[in-house]
Amino acid sequence: MGELLFLAFVFLVAGVIAVPIASRLGLGSVLGYLIAGIAISPLLAAFNVDVVSIQHFAEFGVVMMLFLVGLELEPKVLWERRAKLLGLGGLQVGATAALVAGIGMALGLSWSVAVAVGLVLCLSSTAIVLQTLSEKGLMKSDGGQSSFSVLLFQDIAVIPMLALIPLLALPELADTMASGAPADLHADPHAAMPTGESHGGDHGHDHGHGHGGGHDDHGGHGSMSLVDGLPAWAQALVTLGAIAAVILGGSLLTRPAFNFIAVARLREILVAAALLWVISVALLMTLVGLSPALGTFLAGVVLANSEYRHELESNIEPFKGLLLGLFFITVGASIDFALLAEGWDQTLLLTFGLMVLKAAVLFVLAVIFKVGGADRWLFTLGLAQAGEFGFVLLSLTVASSVVPQPLADQLLLVVALSMLLTPGLFILYDRVIAPMFTAEEVEEDGEAPHQGSIIIAGHGRFGGIINRMLRGLGYETVVVDYSSAQLNLIRTFGIRAYFGDATRPDLLEAAGIEHAKVLVVAIDGKEQITQLVHYVHKAYPHVHVVARAVDRPHVYELYAAGARDIIRETFDSGVRAARSTLEAMGVHPFQAERKARQFVDYDRQTIAALASVYDPDIPLHENKTYIELAKEIGLANDEMMRGKDTAFAARSDRGWNPPTLADVEAVTKNAEG
Amino acid sequence: MASLLVYYAHPGHQSSRVNRPMAEAAAAVEGITFIDLYHAYPRHHIDVSLEQERLLAADVVLFQFPLFWYSTPSLVKEWIDLVLEHGFAYGSGGDRLAGKTMMLALTAAGPEDAYTPDGYQNFPLRTFLTPLEQTARLCQMRFTAPYVLHASLKAPVDGEVAPHVAGYERLLTAIRDDNYDFDAADALQSVTYATLPIRGTK
Repeated sequence: MGELLFLAFVFLVAGVIAVPIASRLGLGSVLGYLIAGIAISPLLAAFNVDVVSIQHFAEFGVVMMLFLVGLELEPKVLWERRAKLLGLGGLQVGATAALVAGIGMALGLSWSVAVAVGLVLCLSSTAIVLQTLSEKGLMKSDGGQSSFSVLLFQDIAVIPMLALIPLLALPELADTMASGAPADLHADPHAAMPTGESHGGDHGHDHGHGHGGGHDDHGGHGSMSLVDGLPAWAQALVTLGAIAAVILGGSLLTRPAFNFIAVARLREILVAAALLWVISVALLMTLVGLSPALGTFLAGVVLANSEYRHELESNIEPFKGLLLGLFFITVGASIDFALLAEGWDQTLLLTFGLMVLKAAVLFVLAVIFKVGGADRWLFTLGLAQAGEFGFVLLSLTVASSVVPQPLADQLLLVVALSMLLTPGLFILYDRVIAPMFTAEEVEEDGEAPHQGSIIIAGHGRFGGIINRMLRGLGYETVVVDYSSAQLNLIRTFGIRAYFGDATRPDLLEAAGIEHAKVLVVAIDGKEQITQLVHYVHKAYPHVHVVARAVDRPHVYELYAAGARDIIRETFDSGVRAARSTLEAMGVHPFQAERKARQFVDYDRQTIAALASVYDPDIPLHENKTYIELAKEIGLANDEMMRGKDTAFAARSDRGWNPPTLADVEAVTKNAEG
Repeated sequence: MASLLVYYAHPGHQSSRVNRPMAEAAAAVEGITFIDLYHAYPRHHIDVSLEQERLLAADVVLFQFPLFWYSTPSLVKEWIDLVLEHGFAYGSGGDRLAGKTMMLALTAAGPEDAYTPDGYQNFPLRTFLTPLEQTARLCQMRFTAPYVLHASLKAPVDGEVAPHVAGYERLLTAIRDDNYDFDAADALQSVTYATLPIRGTK
């Protein structure tokens, strides 16, 4: 327990200090985490912390990230992108692997080792690239989309690679392994969640410290697979069944399940349910020997059209962020500086060589696939590193006796260094390359934000009317509501609606508040409304807030919170009811209308005056200024409404009241005299 | 039996001393259609189709209102703007009102002698009514002399209200019963309760 707390403390301190500094320097969060990792690595080494096992745990962040990416992608979009996915991704993996393998052989490696190294190094870092792209808002760009296609293909390609690598085994290395070679820090394939590889046969291998219980997992390895020992056709069947389960489960089960859970209105249970969904998909994929990242990506795509999309997104997002952060820290921490110091010239040469080679392949592909302008460079520079799957594959190559330990150690260093250098390439792109193309891009630019520009928080009695009118006029709205019954109802009318608590900043963000022009706050609950208005007014000052006020004091609260468009939910209907009552009492409808208008006008003026003397820190009944003004206004209001015999008579009825006889005579005399 | 449609318009209905009793009397006349425009459209949202149907069913359309700034109250102008549509009341194909008659029943605060070249209003009353007269002409309607009460603010003092209201009732009944002599009325600038050209009387 103490050790765990200490570890959490060290990681969090490093992240909390390094990331804001890096962000402020414009280096991006990824570099911040990597630097934090490097900074704490001596400390971790001193305490014998098993960085690799933490890294494997943190790789679950990648799984979650792909789930989130999937949520953003509708199946239709994915299908439209198949040419790029297969062509661009396939060629990148194939060409890079072949070139690396060729160079390896030229440098004297045996062909099997060279092929394994090629496969390891052709992959790029999904975690760094997607995180950086989304941080910089480049995901939707041509370069971002191409990068995503390649990364997705790579994640798919990891599966056959995992099957292929053990086949490359060298007999002489296998012997060494079996005799119990010294433990290597980087080689524990079993804790590697994202790949969940179903390879076996290395039980004698351990990395030495901090992971004593690992052997139990190893022992249970056989039982933790649904496909081991099955004939090939049955394996294929089980695998297909698992994929079908994810698709059917996602499309058929999640909605009733979430409906059921939503009734309880317990946020933590919703978070738990979202996590449960992601973890169960990942687990299922692991059991059938598929990549959990790929499985959750698929699960995300299935849910891309669901009303729970934003809720899932905002529930998973923080976990993804923290785990990825942890992962980047471990990458930083796992750089073995002692080893680097030994052969630094050779390692650096390999790293730079690899990055230049990958960039060259990417550049050629960008030309072939007509990715132009700044996007070509974003694509070329962004993917020119090796990735976290490289760590996993390297462990596997060592474990399955394909690549000798010393070479694997050096390659690990190369992979980590190339990842470390990637944020630098993004900075190069940002500062040097993108500005050169800006003039060109302005002309091409014109993509509208894909989110609706009106967000309606709350779709009950009040928000529903607003939405009906706005949509009737052809405006695009995004509805966020916490009532699953309400959502089911409105979705049957084809309204775009998402489940969730609109007072949560993350959910608002997921619903697209950044690109929204207007936020209509139509949720229930005085305090939630005030809180939401306060937050949006501070965080997104460009968003025009139309807020629902429950009553008069609430108007003052909302005014103090920064809202200027405040609608009392019952005010207009109250006025209309009063008008109908007057008519029923025999008052001429136009007279009733005029009284109603006067009342509304006068009320609007006075409530602004009262709001300005309202003080959130003083209760209304103790606010002397307020009470005096309110009394004065109340009297004046009665006078005005009663009209005739009061000082306000002239104002309320003026114009349509006939002049007095004296007035008429004065006119006559003046005109004639 | 002529079909008579009376539109009454007074935004200050409550404080009216002549038009209100006139309107109450008109509403009580059987066999005519009486519409209080400010009652029907308190929010100035006019049902154009309904009004056009009413017009089509009428032979005589009479507007009763107090003269406001040499014109009608604003709702009557809104009514004209919307209901007398192109293609319905005027313009190509706009002959649906042809042959019908338009009449006004109005009260003027100024005395009769004010509406003379020497009076403070400088012009005869009919001069101020020419926009309405021409509106009727464009709609191919007959525009007949208005039923007028001058010095309306003094009327309660002068004892003019009761005879004016009674005259209004007689006017509406006569039009309804085809007893109103429009030809004789056309020869006059305006008619009053004392000069109503009703056949079979006097």
